[in-house]
Amino acid sequence: MAKSEEKNSQDRSLDPATQSSMADAQDAGIELVWDRLDAQSPQCRFGAEGICCRACAMGPCSISARSERGVCGATADTIVARNFLRMIASGAASHSDHGREVAHTFIRAARGEAPGYEIKDEQKLRQVARLFDLEVEGRDKNELAEEVGKAALREFGKQEGELTLIKRAPERRQRLWRELGVVPRGVDREVVEVMHRTHMGVDQDYQNMMLQGTRAALADGWGGSMLATELQDIMFGTPGQPWPEAERDIPQMEANLGVLSDNEVNIVVHGHEPLLSEMVVVAARDPELLEMARQAGAEGINIAGICCTANEILIRHGVPVAGNFLQQELAISTGAVEMMVVDVQCIMQGLSRVAEDFHTQLVTTSEKARIPGAQHSQFDEEDALNSAKALVKQAIDNFPKRRGVNIPADRGEAVAGFSHEYINYMLGGSFRGSYWPLNSNIIDGRIRGVAGVVGCNNPKVSHDAVHIPLVEELIANDVLVVQTGCSAIASAKAGLMRPETALEKAGDGLREVCEAVGIPPVLHAGSCVDNSRILIALSEMVRVGQDNSRLSLGDDISDLPVAGAAPEWMSEKAIAIGQYFVASGVFTVFGVGMPILGGEEFTKLLFEDYADQLGGSWACEPDPSDMAAVMIDHIDAKRKSLGIEEARERTLFDMEMRRELQEEG
Amino acid sequence: MSKIIASSAIRGAHQVAQRAEEELNKALEEYGPEATVELPNTAYFLPVIYAMTGREVETVGDMQDVMDQIHQLLPKEPADRLWTPYLGHTLDAGMATLFADEIIEGIKYLQDPPPYHTEEECPAEGDDFWLGAADDIVFRKRGLEFVDGTAPGFAAIVGAAPDNQTAVDIARELQEKNLYIFMFGSKDGKNMAEQLREEGVQMGWDTRLVPFGKDITSGVFALGFAARVAMAFGGVEPGNFRRNLLYNKNRTFAFVIALGEVDDIKYAQAAGAINFGFPAIADTDIPEILPTGVCTYEHVVSMPKQTEQEKIYDEIVSKAVEVRGLKVEVEEVPVPVSYGPAFEGEIIRRDDMFVEFGGQRTPSFEYLRMIKDSDKVTDGKIEMVGPDVDDVEPGERLPLGIVVDVYGRDMQEDFEPVLERMIHTYINQASGAWHNGQRDINWMRISKSGKENGLKIKHFGDILHARLHQDYGVVADKIQVKIYTDEDKVLEMQQEARAAYDQRDARIMDMTDESVDTYYSCILCQSFAPNHVCIITPERSGLCGGYSWLDAKANYQILPSGPNQPVDKGDTIDENLGQWRGVNEYLKEASRGNLEKFSAYSMLIDPMTSCGCFECISVMLPTTNGIMIVPREYSEMTPSGMRFSTLAGQIGGGVQTPGFVGHSKMYISSPKFIRADGGFRRIVWMPKTLKDEVHDRLSERAAEEGLDNFMEMIADEEVAVTEEEVLEYLQEVGHPALEMDPMM
Repeated sequence: MAKSEEKNSQDRSLDPATQSSMADAQDAGIELVWDRLDAQSPQCRFGAEGICCRACAMGPCSISARSERGVCGATADTIVARNFLRMIASGAASHSDHGREVAHTFIRAARGEAPGYEIKDEQKLRQVARLFDLEVEGRDKNELAEEVGKAALREFGKQEGELTLIKRAPERRQRLWRELGVVPRGVDREVVEVMHRTHMGVDQDYQNMMLQGTRAALADGWGGSMLATELQDIMFGTPGQPWPEAERDIPQMEANLGVLSDNEVNIVVHGHEPLLSEMVVVAARDPELLEMARQAGAEGINIAGICCTANEILIRHGVPVAGNFLQQELAISTGAVEMMVVDVQCIMQGLSRVAEDFHTQLVTTSEKARIPGAQHSQFDEEDALNSAKALVKQAIDNFPKRRGVNIPADRGEAVAGFSHEYINYMLGGSFRGSYWPLNSNIIDGRIRGVAGVVGCNNPKVSHDAVHIPLVEELIANDVLVVQTGCSAIASAKAGLMRPETALEKAGDGLREVCEAVGIPPVLHAGSCVDNSRILIALSEMVRVGQDNSRLSLGDDISDLPVAGAAPEWMSEKAIAIGQYFVASGVFTVFGVGMPILGGEEFTKLLFEDYADQLGGSWACEPDPSDMAAVMIDHIDAKRKSLGIEEARERTLFDMEMRRELQEEG
Repeated sequence: MSKIIASSAIRGAHQVAQRAEEELNKALEEYGPEATVELPNTAYFLPVIYAMTGREVETVGDMQDVMDQIHQLLPKEPADRLWTPYLGHTLDAGMATLFADEIIEGIKYLQDPPPYHTEEECPAEGDDFWLGAADDIVFRKRGLEFVDGTAPGFAAIVGAAPDNQTAVDIARELQEKNLYIFMFGSKDGKNMAEQLREEGVQMGWDTRLVPFGKDITSGVFALGFAARVAMAFGGVEPGNFRRNLLYNKNRTFAFVIALGEVDDIKYAQAAGAINFGFPAIADTDIPEILPTGVCTYEHVVSMPKQTEQEKIYDEIVSKAVEVRGLKVEVEEVPVPVSYGPAFEGEIIRRDDMFVEFGGQRTPSFEYLRMIKDSDKVTDGKIEMVGPDVDDVEPGERLPLGIVVDVYGRDMQEDFEPVLERMIHTYINQASGAWHNGQRDINWMRISKSGKENGLKIKHFGDILHARLHQDYGVVADKIQVKIYTDEDKVLEMQQEARAAYDQRDARIMDMTDESVDTYYSCILCQSFAPNHVCIITPERSGLCGGYSWLDAKANYQILPSGPNQPVDKGDTIDENLGQWRGVNEYLKEASRGNLEKFSAYSMLIDPMTSCGCFECISVMLPTTNGIMIVPREYSEMTPSGMRFSTLAGQIGGGVQTPGFVGHSKMYISSPKFIRADGGFRRIVWMPKTLKDEVHDRLSERAAEEGLDNFMEMIADEEVAVTEEEVLEYLQEVGHPALEMDPMM
């Protein structure tokens, strides 16, 4: 506790709600993530640089001037590569296992074995079915959905051939992957092979190892993650798209601890898989339960989310977000949370300790993720709605047990849910939907480029204090920002996804386009598996340009004036995401620091050689303005090689030019 | 800011939809759900609805489904704060508005008589001159001008200019840029067409000044026109909204000019037009939408934001053209009157005429000849022999002879008629001059207003000199013109001209498909019909009637990279069908793989495709063992059970449909006319007008084949309007088709 006094809450977070809740928690003597970080400091330098090897019992080995090799003879680069590959494998496994769970539920929903779940977006079902070469015409939706679900599931266990969704990448990118031999065969196989190759005494050539690292990462982005996104869209609705009982519009929402209600039953859903939380949202609207809540003295039932479970239900239902990763303990410390329901990933064990001090019931729901001290209520998709109702009921029963409640008032407003399909619609309506206006305004220079800003929070850097200045700097320089995950939540809280205020911070060109379309300059695309939406969007930008030479932005993702960033990353999933973006041709910058710097050659491979090999490379810049600068430089360089660094002259068409026109899609 | 526009357009869409709903309910009550809804003589139903949704609205009842779709499309207004994206919604609202417009306008045609004239031209007198929707005859005829580039697009003008003179100036400027001008809606109760009428400006399709209606909803006729162009010439299937809209964005260079306040309903209409890629340019201070994407460049432009107040009307037309991304090349012609294709259709009535020439009333002729000796031609020399307009009284007649001498190193005698035929167009395009006919049957007038503006007979020479240089400069190095109004001199020169005409005819008669190794392609229409290719042979002219083999040859000479390319016949695959290897190879390439082969002389086996601007369609009448021919201008029912407009829908846009073929009128009397299918003997029905038109040539052709009274054996609408009646008539007269081998 002593150390947290050295750094006050203003240094720990940019977010006022977090600052005040943190100060209150400190006053109450509640241990938070920051306190534990202090207790851990200074952290192990070998680990931080990636040169600690625990792959066998001859070790642990670490590399220093005194000992340049591990016991087995492994070099620094080998050790860094092993560690890095295993992070990729873990990240890919996490996203993909999420996708697998969704596929299971999807199949049961199609069979009618999972009451409450249904096939909502038939149009997308048919699109995805076509990708799997399934016969679509005249098929019953449930029958087709079952086949799609099974086909999706097969992607995980496939042993040979190529992942099906790889073909959504631009052709030149696919060719490059084939040339390098990095096209994933099956999701699980690539993860297993990483574990094998990084076992003691197997692959010890870091370049060769990284080919497999790339293959596993691609199996995440273009495999597990993409399958999760697509199947969730079909089952829960594609954000912004029409499905029964909903408008063709994206949700408006609020974000930050201030969304917790002082007079309603608050249930916070946290984690990554929306399977159960979707049902909790439905249960919270149940009139019987609402009546029960009133009888318990509450004015209603308020569902709020944290992390990507929040993002998933937010982009489809506008459910408010209580905060991002570093706010999970603070949510409980407001004293206003009757229940926190968690599923998988990014759930701190520290929650159970905080919950002990309050009436909050912490409930784990996945067999894969239990926490001592928490109640475990196994999610059962065959009876999901009733399980959800039981939880809501329990939360209501908990309401009268509230003691002091201290909710910070801060909350930011935002619009969210920019799926690929909705972007198409919003740029041209039902009849002219396409990416044309995006490409066209990039070529005109009103939009300088597009940046994906994603990822986590990390207590080692001030909370949200890298995300927000970076995003602000980018939009001020006319870079359109697309976000997912906890980074997106940061911007939502800060008002950067609220058109009327965010546009004040955008450059003139970007602002003009945003005003024409009616969007904020920062677009919330969803959860971290929804980074796959960004891959699809980038591929579409390429495709549109290939169909129409006047809108051309090159033949590959690596030609586009785009860049990616994970400014406050902490999880292994972030590394997997970073690698699949780089391998897809996107220059990607990480903040905080990267556990690879101990391997000089390895770092050179990622930071420099990849630019030639993959067309996208890594960079690490902890400072937001440095980060913005390298991203903008990269975007400008791409604009230059596309020949669009200066505004193009208006082409006026005469008869002959019109005759030359080809049909375009 | 665009949100203001979005909100306004969405509000406007709701208003128009509500009106449509009310009028539909009234119509259901008054006429009943079974009542037939039909725009005049069209195969495209309510064309925007048909093009976008594939719905064939034929009755009042059918409109109810459209109404449901309108409600589905109608979005809510963007929120005041924390708004969600509105561009997509606004465009949907715009499309809903167009659908609602068509319901409202469609219902108007249920009135008896409908509130619109169905002629191509406005009546000469009175306030009631609104023309409403173009029928398919007008549409195809005018569509051809879009296709061949004579008209690059249209300006849809809503409202009225601040004063009459500005209205005239805007109209003239648009006409000089060769654009069509569609006028609708009103500003303070006035429409621009009314201003033009007050100033005595001739309106109608011929002058390209088309007043649709005073009701704002009649603006949808402009988009219905565009939607039909895509279906008829672009081969876009009904219901394929995306292709249709992109086709228009890329190929129809249209835009909206809003004169006067832009209210909610006008914004809604503009939002509809933006779906087609047609931007809006306003003379009032309104928010702008400048970023690009749905349109090629800007979407909404406000002149007061672009220029100084006093320059708005001087610049609005050129700004609109620039915003649309259109390049109009207008070449200067040294005459004191407006000049351009839009003035070609100007009629000079007897009362407006100052002086008249020819027309069998005075001796006249026009003759263009090649001069081999360079020294004998002084370029730009215009000689006048006889009196000019200043020497005559109003209403007087004069003889007229025009002799154009052309010297050029690459000039050929074969090009003489090609260049000479342009005299008609060139002179007609001067405002205040009117020209009809050709050779020694020409007929010309100069109007009183033309005379007042300083137009003289001698200017004909200046026009011809300038235009021939512009269009045919490659072959015509030096051009001089002599104009005779002295009767003796006219008669003398007429003899020389007549001798030349006879010689030319004889030369052309000798020319057969076998006598040449090279045919010419025509892909002039590929800007609109990208899948179609014409092959022009000496005995089969272009199907639009505009281009003969000689024309194509001359055009190639003049513009080697142009739309007419030589096609080497190559080996003969089938002489009877008229299939050649070289032609087929060319066809495949030029049609971008759409077509593999074609027969020049058959309508059954691989018939030639068309863009949609054929002069005539030949259609099999199976029970008669023969065919009928219907020309574009015939709008009545034919024995095939289909009107021209429906038939045309079967074969436009580069589609090969055995049993149907589009062709020129000239081709009917060609020895190669569907030779493989039995030739002219198959002709069993033609409308009277066409029969008269081709009578001389076809009866001569029949006589050559030993059939003396063939023309009388061909049925027309006076004796037969059904296939059965045709058959009866054929049996009565013993038509040779009955004795021929079965057609199929």
